[in-house]
Amino acid sequence: MKTILNVALPKGRLGEKVYNMFEKAGFECPSIKENNRKLIFENEEAGLRYFWVKPSDVAIYVERGAADIGVAGKDILLEYQPEVYELLDLDIGKCRMAVAAKSDFRDDKQRTLRVATKFTNIAQQHYLSKGRDIDIIHLNGSIEIAPILDLSDVIVDIVETGTTLKENNLEVKETIIPISARLISNKTSYKFKSELINKVVSEISAQMEANK
Amino acid sequence: MNTSDLSLSFNEKVIFKLRKLYARHGYSQYKMNKFEEYDLYARNKDFLISDSVITFTDTNGKLMALKPDVTLSIIKNSKDTPDTLQKVYYDENVYRIAKGTNTFKEIMQVGLECVGDIDKYAISETLMLACLSLKTISDNSVLDISHLGIITAVFDAFDIPSFARKEMLKFISEKNIHELSSLCSEIELTDEKVEIIKSLIAISGKPEVVLPQLTDTLSGVIDTTVIEELKEIIDSFDDDLKDMINIDFSVISDTRYYNTIVFKGFIEGVPTSVLTGGQYDKLLQKMKRKSGAIGFAVYLDVLDRLAQTSNEYDVDIILLYTSESKINDIKNKVKELSKNGDTVFACKQIPSDIKYKTLIKINE
Repeated sequence: MKTILNVALPKGRLGEKVYNMFEKAGFECPSIKENNRKLIFENEEAGLRYFWVKPSDVAIYVERGAADIGVAGKDILLEYQPEVYELLDLDIGKCRMAVAAKSDFRDDKQRTLRVATKFTNIAQQHYLSKGRDIDIIHLNGSIEIAPILDLSDVIVDIVETGTTLKENNLEVKETIIPISARLISNKTSYKFKSELINKVVSEISAQMEANK
Repeated sequence: MNTSDLSLSFNEKVIFKLRKLYARHGYSQYKMNKFEEYDLYARNKDFLISDSVITFTDTNGKLMALKPDVTLSIIKNSKDTPDTLQKVYYDENVYRIAKGTNTFKEIMQVGLECVGDIDKYAISETLMLACLSLKTISDNSVLDISHLGIITAVFDAFDIPSFARKEMLKFISEKNIHELSSLCSEIELTDEKVEIIKSLIAISGKPEVVLPQLTDTLSGVIDTTVIEELKEIIDSFDDDLKDMINIDFSVISDTRYYNTIVFKGFIEGVPTSVLTGGQYDKLLQKMKRKSGAIGFAVYLDVLDRLAQTSNEYDVDIILLYTSESKINDIKNKVKELSKNGDTVFACKQIPSDIKYKTLIKINE
């Protein structure tokens, strides 16, 4: 029986970019470009199966072995700490995890800092390393309005261009870490499909090198 | 679904085979209490996989815990015998928080510990038993072996500052060459040193290929005797076991407890490692013991996915009787129908959620 490599791609523009990289590297699956609502695509001859999943779920699919490899943002890897191999920085989907606040914000060290974020683990680790006492407020969206409504003092969120922050009268106060898309692999899959997985890594690395 | 299929589950069969395997190599069973004083875990929190422990106050006021780990209890209750060996195996339940949840889980664990004078044979036997344990579960299995002594020696040779070591180990465990390279640049290592550190990720595979490569790369950097010893240990294995072994430095354990060989076992079809082990002399030193120790645990809870097909039917035969049926007639019919091993469910009304193969009415 031919070995099939299961690849979890993040749904959306980033996923399309990633698929193009795979295609250029020789791991094509033409049916993925058909305009339909299917989520799983297979190129039996090439031994490849791609599937689209919510970007924040890619790491779960890979960690639990439903996918052998996948592409996830570094933000997700830092937040959920999945037990996976991080094989390659794809250098796309670049942004940064940052602390933002109103422009006139002053950090009063005598008070507990109220931090609104979707990324509670990253925020906690960041402030723990500074020894700063914080009160985490977990939000699922529209994080930017938290300081405006005085729900929080600062926010910890992903910043791409900074436009949304600017439009809400916020500014970046500190960059925590740069973010980009990473190629990850399930640990067991890497043991039993290492040749195929390493081929993907080396072909994509070569392509990235050529594009530099 | 014959009763002969019902006798043992997949995990139970594995437990029996492993117990037999360990007993055959002179290991005796270690039975322990479900509870342990919490203080033991509080003092060695970093040794535990998860630091959350279920605690309760005993009637005498002592704070007790449901065991989150077996090794600590065995070591605590064993004698310090640096000149001889104690070999024990266990199959016990431990209680830990399942990853990604906030709930405790009961985890079935089988494993062994070899405590005392840990020489090359003791290491070799433990690794061999780890391979055989994996083979007992599946033929498609791999044992990844790493050596923390080699990694630490490279770090020492390059004067890697202590703040960077923890992160480097993390990147090595993730096979994360890109971030390892960035960190190396941050601490201003020379290109040559960076390449050697990166080789700890890149060099991975079969021992006969990898160990000579490792000797070439690291000679002049560290004392390579340790690589020779590793080679000698693996060379002593039978060919079928040697084929299961990979040298892979991504297997990392806490260097405050583990000092030399660490290993992990993987089985095709199970997404996480099913076996973890290593030599943990430093834990014993922390407990003021002179002995060394090596051991491993097999996690049976992750093997569910490997269990053969589940039964198609809940029961082979439904024996339907009526209010007029005599007890003795029903009893005799059940006896007759089940004599060849078929499972028989006698009832007046068929339960709605039961799946059966044959329906027999007692009056027919």
